[in-house]
Amino acid sequence: MKIDLNVDVHHLTRVEGHGNIHVRVRAGKVEEARWDVVETPRFFEVMLKGKHYTTAGILSARICGICSIGHCLASVRATESAFGLEVPEAAKKLRLLAKHGETLQSHVLHLFFLAAPDFLGAPSVLPLVEKAPEAVKLAVRLKGAGNRLCDAVAGRTTHPVSLQVGGVAVLPPRARLLALRDELERTLPDLAAAADLIAGFDVPRFERETEFVSLRGESEYPFIGGRLVSSDGVARAEHEYREMTNEYAVASSTSKWCRLSRASFAVGPLARFNNNHRLLHAEAKKLAARLGLEPVCHNPFMANVARLVECVHVTHDAIRLLEETAAMGEVKTMADVAPRAGEGVGAVEVPRGILYHHYAYDGDGRIARANCVIPTTQNNANIHHDLPVLAERFAVDGMTDEKLELLCSMLVRSYDPCISCSVH
Amino acid sequence: MKYLGIEPKRLRFAVFEFTGCEGCELQLANKEETLLAFLGAVDVVEFREVSSARNGAYDVALVDGAISRTDEVERLREIRARAKVLVALGSCACFGGVNRMKNACDLDQANREVYGDHPKETLPTRAIHEVVPVDLKIPGCPVSKAEVERIVQHLLFEVPYQFPVYPVCLECKQHFTVCLFDKGQLCLGPITRGGCDAPCPAGGLGCWGCRGKAADANIDEFRSIARERAHGEREIAERLGFFGGFEEHS
Repeated sequence: MKIDLNVDVHHLTRVEGHGNIHVRVRAGKVEEARWDVVETPRFFEVMLKGKHYTTAGILSARICGICSIGHCLASVRATESAFGLEVPEAAKKLRLLAKHGETLQSHVLHLFFLAAPDFLGAPSVLPLVEKAPEAVKLAVRLKGAGNRLCDAVAGRTTHPVSLQVGGVAVLPPRARLLALRDELERTLPDLAAAADLIAGFDVPRFERETEFVSLRGESEYPFIGGRLVSSDGVARAEHEYREMTNEYAVASSTSKWCRLSRASFAVGPLARFNNNHRLLHAEAKKLAARLGLEPVCHNPFMANVARLVECVHVTHDAIRLLEETAAMGEVKTMADVAPRAGEGVGAVEVPRGILYHHYAYDGDGRIARANCVIPTTQNNANIHHDLPVLAERFAVDGMTDEKLELLCSMLVRSYDPCISCSVH
Repeated sequence: MKYLGIEPKRLRFAVFEFTGCEGCELQLANKEETLLAFLGAVDVVEFREVSSARNGAYDVALVDGAISRTDEVERLREIRARAKVLVALGSCACFGGVNRMKNACDLDQANREVYGDHPKETLPTRAIHEVVPVDLKIPGCPVSKAEVERIVQHLLFEVPYQFPVYPVCLECKQHFTVCLFDKGQLCLGPITRGGCDAPCPAGGLGCWGCRGKAADANIDEFRSIARERAHGEREIAERLGFFGGFEEHS
């Protein structure tokens, strides 16, 4: 039977920001399948111009309410690179701790509040408070642990204050670091319970061969700075990011699009996993194997599994870092800052994928030019190109408009798009 | 949520977002230690970022973000028409927020710089009260969830909420936070409305004034003291203008 299907989603729900899905299938053939970003542009790159280096991180954090720590870290890294500045070892550890806290809170938020309702047949997490109270309570505990880690190290979870050019302004008291270590150790059973829940999710069987771009770890699963890599074999240095992103404006979307070896590529937890799985903590590797996540995985819906695998990795790594930072004693966490003219790039793996900030400074410590390339900006073209293949695959007997709408919505959500961020 | 066995009102809340980072919406899902009690006390009938349920019947609309495009003006007017109470949530909704800085640029040129040959529609940024009447403004970048909780409690028990009249400075003193202004940083703590619990100075960053002007703040006197301490005119002006909370339109 040749099937006709229509999907029209205006302002997709359970994603950050505003985007529309439009799919039209006639007699089993996909005539149209689009992902359009309609978010209002904010012009951050223009607003950053003329800003003093002490302001850049504070302003650019406001690009995103969910990954503000990642934006702030990419921003200060770009500035430090422009000034030729090395931050103290202690600050590097504290920054990675803040990064881990953000990864944990963001991934748990996505898995339980945004994605889980699709798998549990609910419109949102709100009815699940009654229907699946244990799942909601464990999500709240895990997210709380991530947020408390951010609060302690970055001064605040959303729009951090302690992550500054030169290092980290405040060293948290030893007792607070050890209390956080204990809390994270207590959350390990919650992560195991989350794995049991997610193991029961019916993940759509769908694959489309994709190029995956991320940082390339040398000795550690990468989060802050380093070399860039794609699963199609492209390798570049951090400052050559433009050769990885190739951003261009399109008429149909307020977000730009990106491409590399193919029409589009993907960034995010699945890309990080595919390119760096050998560097994961042993427990995270064990979980990936248990949940059937194997490199190189080309099913975008498996990003949810990759998120949980990363939650396990960052929790174990944060426990290690908390012990190390608690043992440091009174150490220097800020380097002396001497502004100079020059350019710098900061690449950071934020929850949704690799993020770049690039600033050119004048001699007075003020920004002459700024460019920010956001993970969701890099993913938008890939989402757009996934849709017709998904529609084609599922335009079979028994498919309905409602079911296809759910599948398309779940596909977009699997990228955990941060749309306001992608427009910035 | 009961107090002394008394059942409060049930109010239907809806949450909407415009130009901004949606960080204030995220705060509604934060403060995990009281999150379940908070969600149990209100009926959230529409909240696109976390729910696929849509329902036009609500009492209180929480609006996050500033207004910077024609379709946003129309959508905000519809929300105003439906809501009994319209609340501006966060500094973008209250003052325009950091988005307002783009108003100082030539917007056509900014558009060309970012989008080249594919310019996008954009209007000068406005706070929501510059478009429709607003019943309550909760400032902050982001809002303090603890303060949002206090305000919601007041709404449920029908008791008017009084924002603190004192500045952020007082909260630093309460926490024994070392004064950053004394240590040489520019800090808007002496003139910014309190109620946030002063997390920024505690984290080593002088106040940026995201909550706007404190009651009876003497801005001219503050400027002259800041100048005496060798902070330049440009630095002071940029700081005061950062979130839009010290401008006339706020």
